[in-house]
Amino acid sequence: MVPRPFRLLSKRHDTHDTVTLELEPTDGVPLAFKAGQFTMLHAFGIGEVPISISGSPVVEGPLVHTIRNVGGVTRTLVEAEPGVEFGVRGPFGTSWDVSDGKGGDVVIITGGIGLAPLRPAILEVLAERDQYDRVTLLYGARTPDDILFGDELRRWADLNGIAVEVTVDSAAPGWKGRVGFVTQLISRVSFDPAHTLALVCGPEVMMRACVTELRQRGVPAGAMRLSMERSMKCGIGLCGHCQLRELFICVDGPVLTYERLAPLMQKWEL
Amino acid sequence: MDTIKEIKDYLPEHPFFKGLDPDLIAFLAGCAHNVHFKDGEILFKEGGNADTFYVVRKGRVAIQVHHPAGGGSILDTVDAGGVVGWTWLIPPYKWIFDATASEDTSAVAFDGACLRKKCEDDPAVGYALMKRVTVVMYERLEAARLRLLDLYGAGA
Repeated sequence: MVPRPFRLLSKRHDTHDTVTLELEPTDGVPLAFKAGQFTMLHAFGIGEVPISISGSPVVEGPLVHTIRNVGGVTRTLVEAEPGVEFGVRGPFGTSWDVSDGKGGDVVIITGGIGLAPLRPAILEVLAERDQYDRVTLLYGARTPDDILFGDELRRWADLNGIAVEVTVDSAAPGWKGRVGFVTQLISRVSFDPAHTLALVCGPEVMMRACVTELRQRGVPAGAMRLSMERSMKCGIGLCGHCQLRELFICVDGPVLTYERLAPLMQKWEL
Repeated sequence: MDTIKEIKDYLPEHPFFKGLDPDLIAFLAGCAHNVHFKDGEILFKEGGNADTFYVVRKGRVAIQVHHPAGGGSILDTVDAGGVVGWTWLIPPYKWIFDATASEDTSAVAFDGACLRKKCEDDPAVGYALMKRVTVVMYERLEAARLRLLDLYGAGA
């Protein structure tokens, strides 16, 4: 429960409200993690928030977090300059286990900041690209200016044989890309539903709509993995802040199969 | 005649017509011709006569609305495999948005009045066509409602 001190090495502005931070442990011991896990990131004297790890799980390096400024602790994190120290607890939670998709197709569907928790899974797939059949990334953003990792999206598509399809909710005239909701992309891409692993991350309403489309295409509930967002506090399943009926999202999640989540996702009381 | 034959061959492969009776497709193809738009070319403008139904074969079409301040917004885009325009079905048959090619685009253009006449003359044709148009309208409405939630916004 005691945070490890990490120092901010670098900060990259991804969009007007989102940055990617690289942090190094002051004790020199790197933080091993699995794609999909999160840490509790502590701004000393301010507070602590759960943030998904957005770096590569297969290349040893700094701890990478992509953070959106939604006020409070996140504002402090986003506005910090290199040299500042933060506390880090974790990593916590379950992973995408994307290697289960080897030998088949992988469909990754995400919206908004949800691309950040999926970036480690994408990098894991890319590290062994030949082990997977068709790999597709469907990404929805609010506007063209809100598209995360734009250069990487192009690189993944150009060099690594990933079908990358991007759409935005709205755009000004002159935008040459797609406008529409991310679910509208699902019917346009090719995959073998019986041999597909689907990874979905984004706002819960978006994930429910995606699941409906994927089920119509014939993807089994057990082959759909969703990353759930709840108010994680302790990170170790004790405090109950992130409880979803019998689940504690910080330890049983955040990544869960739709098979497990289906009875829980449409209950207003949860 | 060559053009009609080519359209008849193509239409069964298009998602909008897939599974439709080939004779019916051939019957409808009599209302159609091929059109091509260069990047930036306007398909139709708000307020104009909605006399065409476009079946997009290649490229991308942006459905736009003009703002009084001189700007505008793209409300939707339609790619190959999609269709543009259902106002030809709904009185008073006037376009309510603009449509512009976002890239070089090819489409099959159906004459709206011709299609309406075939639908009026044979309700079975009208029902078959209406079911497909309704699916397109439903999908666009659902997507528009989800986007209205501004799910990726800071308050979401």
